[in-house]
Amino acid sequence: MRIGVVTFPGSLDDHDAHRAVRVAGGEPVSLWHGDDSLRHVDAVVLPGGFSYGDYLRAGAIARFAPVMSALIPAAHGGLPVLGICNGFQILCESHLLPGAMIQNDHRTFICREQRLRVENATTAWTSDFATDDEITIVLKNQDGQYVADRHTLDELEGEGRVVFRYVVDGPQAHAAVKYDRFASRNPNGSYRDIAGVTNERGNVVGLMPHPEHAIEEGYGPSLDGLKFFTSVLKSVVNA
Amino acid sequence: MGIVVVDVMLKSEILDPQGQAVAGALPRLGFNQFTDVRQGKRFVLTVEGEVTDQVLAAAREAAETMLSNPVIEDVVSVRAESQAVMSQAAESQAAESQA
Amino acid sequence: MTPVAKANIDKASTNAAKQTVIDTVEDASTTPDIGQPWSELGLKADEYERIREILDRRPTIAELAMYSVMWSEHCSYKSSKVHLAQFSENTTDEMNEKLLVGIGENAGVVDIGDGWAVTFKVESHNHPSYVEPYQGAATGVGGIVRDIMSMGARPIAVMDSLRFGAIDHPDTLRVLPGIVAGVGGYGNCLGLPNIGGEVVFDSCYQGNPLVNALSVGKMRIEDIHLAKASGVGNKVVLFGAKTGGDGIGGVSVLASETFDADGPAKRPAVQVGDPFAEKVLIECCLDLYAAHVVDGIQDLGGAGLSCATSELASNGDGGMRVWLDRVPLRDASLRVEEILMSESQERMMAVVEPARLEEFMAITKRWDVEATVVGEVTDGKHLEVFWGDELIIDVPPRSVAHEGPIYNRPMNRPAYLDALQASVPDDLARPGDGEGFKAALLALMASPNLCDKSWITGQYDRYVMGNTALAMPDDSGVVRVDEETGRGVAISTDCNSRFAKLDPFAGAQLALAEAYRNVATAGAVPLAISDCLNFGSPEDPAVMWQFAEAVRGISAGCKTLGIPVTGGNVSLYNQTADVAIHPTPLVAVLGVMDDVARRTPSGWKIPGQVIYLLGTTADEFGGSAWTQVAHDHLGGMPPRVDLDAERRLGEILVNASRQGLVAAAHDLSEGGLAVALAEASLRNGVGARIWLDEVCGRDGVDAFTLLFSESAGRAIVAVPRSEQVRFTDLCTSRGFAHASIGVVEDEGRSLNVQGQFVLPLDELRTAHTSTLPAIFASR
Repeated sequence: MRIGVVTFPGSLDDHDAHRAVRVAGGEPVSLWHGDDSLRHVDAVVLPGGFSYGDYLRAGAIARFAPVMSALIPAAHGGLPVLGICNGFQILCESHLLPGAMIQNDHRTFICREQRLRVENATTAWTSDFATDDEITIVLKNQDGQYVADRHTLDELEGEGRVVFRYVVDGPQAHAAVKYDRFASRNPNGSYRDIAGVTNERGNVVGLMPHPEHAIEEGYGPSLDGLKFFTSVLKSVVNA
Repeated sequence: MGIVVVDVMLKSEILDPQGQAVAGALPRLGFNQFTDVRQGKRFVLTVEGEVTDQVLAAAREAAETMLSNPVIEDVVSVRAESQAVMSQAAESQAAESQA
Repeated sequence: MTPVAKANIDKASTNAAKQTVIDTVEDASTTPDIGQPWSELGLKADEYERIREILDRRPTIAELAMYSVMWSEHCSYKSSKVHLAQFSENTTDEMNEKLLVGIGENAGVVDIGDGWAVTFKVESHNHPSYVEPYQGAATGVGGIVRDIMSMGARPIAVMDSLRFGAIDHPDTLRVLPGIVAGVGGYGNCLGLPNIGGEVVFDSCYQGNPLVNALSVGKMRIEDIHLAKASGVGNKVVLFGAKTGGDGIGGVSVLASETFDADGPAKRPAVQVGDPFAEKVLIECCLDLYAAHVVDGIQDLGGAGLSCATSELASNGDGGMRVWLDRVPLRDASLRVEEILMSESQERMMAVVEPARLEEFMAITKRWDVEATVVGEVTDGKHLEVFWGDELIIDVPPRSVAHEGPIYNRPMNRPAYLDALQASVPDDLARPGDGEGFKAALLALMASPNLCDKSWITGQYDRYVMGNTALAMPDDSGVVRVDEETGRGVAISTDCNSRFAKLDPFAGAQLALAEAYRNVATAGAVPLAISDCLNFGSPEDPAVMWQFAEAVRGISAGCKTLGIPVTGGNVSLYNQTADVAIHPTPLVAVLGVMDDVARRTPSGWKIPGQVIYLLGTTADEFGGSAWTQVAHDHLGGMPPRVDLDAERRLGEILVNASRQGLVAAAHDLSEGGLAVALAEASLRNGVGARIWLDEVCGRDGVDAFTLLFSESAGRAIVAVPRSEQVRFTDLCTSRGFAHASIGVVEDEGRSLNVQGQFVLPLDELRTAHTSTLPAIFASR
C-alpha cells in the first residue's frame, strides 16, 4: 500500500508522516510539490509545517502548487486524503473541505498534548476507531482556530461530518498532574470545538492536531495516532 | 507604470484578535478616542502602462481567488492609485530611512 | 553605523546615492593623507596605524569598514582572546580524543560513536533582543542554526537560555513576550524541536536581557565540512537571500556599546529574519552536501560578507578574488561599504570546484534558492575585492580575520567583593517549624525563577522530527540521532549568575557542574561543552577580572572532568551606564547515550519505589534561591565545588540508567532538596513520603538546611524495590554518600515530609503554575 506524502517548501512534518506510514505497515512515497504526478499512490497525506512560510495565509500558496492540480481531481474521485495541520489549511484553501483557519484566539503558538473525541468513525482515516473514542495526540500551531459560517457549521454537524472535537468538558488526560490553562476551553477558539472535518464522501479528512507524533513509544503522548494510518491501509485494501 | 491597491479585511463576523490587541494597547499610549480597531491587508500591484478597466478586473479576480480567502475575508476595495500619490509616499519613506 | 560615521563616509565617497565615486586601492596609494573616520567606526588610533602598516598605505574606505567591523569586540574577541587561550591550553590528549573539530571553526564537532558526529554551539544575541525583541531573538536562533548547518550537519534541535529583569517591571513586559515569540516563531518554522533551556529573572538584567541560543546538528563523520577556501580556480558562490540594509554596522555598533540609562538613544538597523528562507536553505544545503559538490562553506552572520570572505580566505591556502558588484541586492542604493557590512540573514557562501558548479546550481534551482558566483580562489595570498574593474580591497585575509588586536586589559578584583562575601546569610531569619518550611517551599515554587514555565515553553514545538526523547521541564533535552539503534545525545544549559557574582571562578565551575550533572541525570555520558560568556564592559577592570576568573574556572573544571570546550561565544558590554549584569558564564554540556529509549525522566510514577538522596549536605546558603525569595539577599560564598565528586555522581547516574536501576532521577540545584522533591512529585502528579532525620544526623545539619541548602554534587533518584541492593552497591563501590529518604506514594496526593509538613499536590501545583500566566497571559 503506497501512501504519498507531499513535501512543499517549508513542510516540516513530512518526515514524521513517512515514519507513521511505515510503522503502520504501509510504504511511504515522497511527492514533490512541483510535480503534477501522484505517482500512483493509494492515498495522500498533506503534512504539517509552514509551507511557503505561511505567507499570505497558511496554505494559500501551496494550494496552487502543481501537485495539487493532480490531487484535487483525485480527491473528488475518491482518493483518500489526510490533511494534518498545514495540510488541513491547504485542503480548506483548496475548497476540498469547508471552513478556514485563523490565528489562535490567544494569539500565541501552542504546543501541547491534546485530547480529542472521535465523532465519525466511518471515514477512510478513522475506520479503526469507534465513535466517541477519546484519544490523545499532539497539537502544535499558531493559526489553528477553525471558523466557518453558521450555515456551514450546521451542515457539518447535521451530516455528521465533524470527525474530531476538542475535549473540553472535564479534566483532560494529565490535567490532574500538569498545569493545563486550557482545561476548561478548547486550545485555539475553534468554533464548536471542531478539531477536524471530512467531506461528503468521507475520503478527505482534515484535522489540526498531529497523529504522526503519537505513533512511537517514548516520543509522543500515546500510540493513538497509529489508527489513522492503519484505517487507511485497510480502506485501500477494501477499495 | 500603474498601481492598483487592493484592501482585504476579515469579515465582520470573524473575531479579529490582532485588532482587539491593538485596540487594547492604544489607550495605554493616550489614545482614548478609538472604540474599535480591525486589522486587514493592503496589496499594491504594479502594472506596466496604465490602469485600465481590464487591469482592474484582473486585479479584482486575483483578489478574490488568491489575495483573499472568501470564507473569512472580504475584498473591500480595488482601485487605481495615482502615480503621484504613490511616489510621494515612497519618497518620504526613503527620506526617513536615510536620516 | 553611527550617524557621524555615516556622514564621514559620505564625505569620503562624495556621492551618497550610488557608487559613482569609489575609493579604490589606487586612490589609497595616491592620496595617503586624507582624514579617515576610523574613530567613528570604532577603531583606536594604534589600530588604525597598524592597518596602515599592514597595507603599507592608507586603507580604502571599504578596507577601513572591513577592518573596523572584523576588529570589533564581537568579531575579534580582542578583550577575551588572551583568557580564552586557556581552553586549548588545558585540553589533554584524552579530552581531544572525541573532538573531531575544536575551537576556531563555526562550531565544534564531537564523535558520538557508530560513525556519527554531532556539532553544537551556544551563542548570544543580547543587544539586538533589547532593541527589537522578536527579531533580535529570531535572528539569534537563525544565526546559530546557520553555524551548525555550515559544519555539514542537519540541525536537529534548539535550546534557549533567557535572562530578564524583574518579572513585574514594565520593560520586562515589553521584552519577554517578544523574545519568546521570536524564539518560537523562528525555531518552529524551521522545524527544529526546542528541547530545553532556562528562564531566569534578576533585576541585574533589566537593561540587558540575555538571549543565548543553542543548536545541535548531526552528520556522518565523513560529511563534516569546514570553512576554508582552497584549490586555485574554485568558485566562490553566494547563495540564499538577497543582500539588503539589515543590521549595517550592527556588529561593531550594537555589540560593543553599552546602553545609556535612558535606553537606546539610536535605533540601528536590526536584522530581520525569514525562517522560511532558512528552512529552504537547510534542505538545499543538505542536498548539496549529499551530492558532494561543496568544498568549503561558511555562513554569513555578524559582519556579513566582510567576515565570510576574509575567514574563508584566511582559513584557506591561497587567496581569493571577489566581485562585489555581482552580489544580488534587495536594495540598489546600498553603498559598497554597506554591502560589505550588511547582516542580511539567511545567506551562505560556498567554495565549489568548477566541474561541480553546474550540479550545484541545479540543486539550488530546485529549491528556488538564488545562487551567484561572486568570486574565485586564487594562487595569491591576498583577498581582493572588486567593484566592476575597480579594486577596492586588497588585504592579507589573516590580518582581518585572525590577527586582530589583542588586548590585555587591566583586571582588578572588585572593590565590593570582600564586603559582599563577608555578608554571609547565616543570620537571616529562618523558619523554625514544619509550617514555616511548607510556606518557604510554596514561596520558592511560586517564585519567578522556579515557577512553572509552560506559558513560555508551550510556545515551542518540541515534537517536530519525532526524535525528542526528553524535553523541559526534565533535566536535559534528549534527542535521538540514529533511528535504528536509538543512539542519541543529551544537552543541558546552565548558569547560576548569583553564584558567579559572589565568586566568578567557583560560579563558573558550578555552572559546568550543574550542566554536567543534568546530562548524567538523564543517563548520558558527558562528552564536551560549549560556553556563552555574558559579562559587562571589559573596560571595567572589575568585569575583566570576573571574566578571567570564570574562564579559569571553566578550563580547570573541564580538565578535571575530562571534557573539552568545543567552542562558544563571548558577549561583552552587557551593562547599562555603570551597572553591569552579574557575570553569567553559561555552560552547555553535551552527552551521548547508546539508546535514548533508556533515558531517565525526572519525575516518579510508581508508588512503592524508594527515593534515595545522593551526596552530602552542608549549610551553604550563599546566593541561594531561599535567600533571594525570603530576604532579597545576595552575599557570602557560593556552595563548595567538588568536581571529582560530580564525576563519580555522574558515573553512578549513567550506570544506574544503563542497568535499569532507577525509574527517575532529578538533580538538586536552586531551592535544594525541597524544590527537587516538589518538582519530581509534580512531574506526574504522584507524591511521596519523606523522612529527613537519618540524613540530618549523618551530615550534622538541621531539617531546614537539609531542605533548602544548595550544596552541589547531589541528586535524588527513585529506585524500584527490586533494584535497591544493586543500586546501593553501585554507590558504595564508588564511596559515594547515599541514603534512602523516602518512598513514592500516591494515596495522599501530597508531598509528606514526616514530622514537618504535608503539602497537597493541588496546592503545590496552583502555586507553581499561576505565576507566569497571571503576568503574561492576560495581555
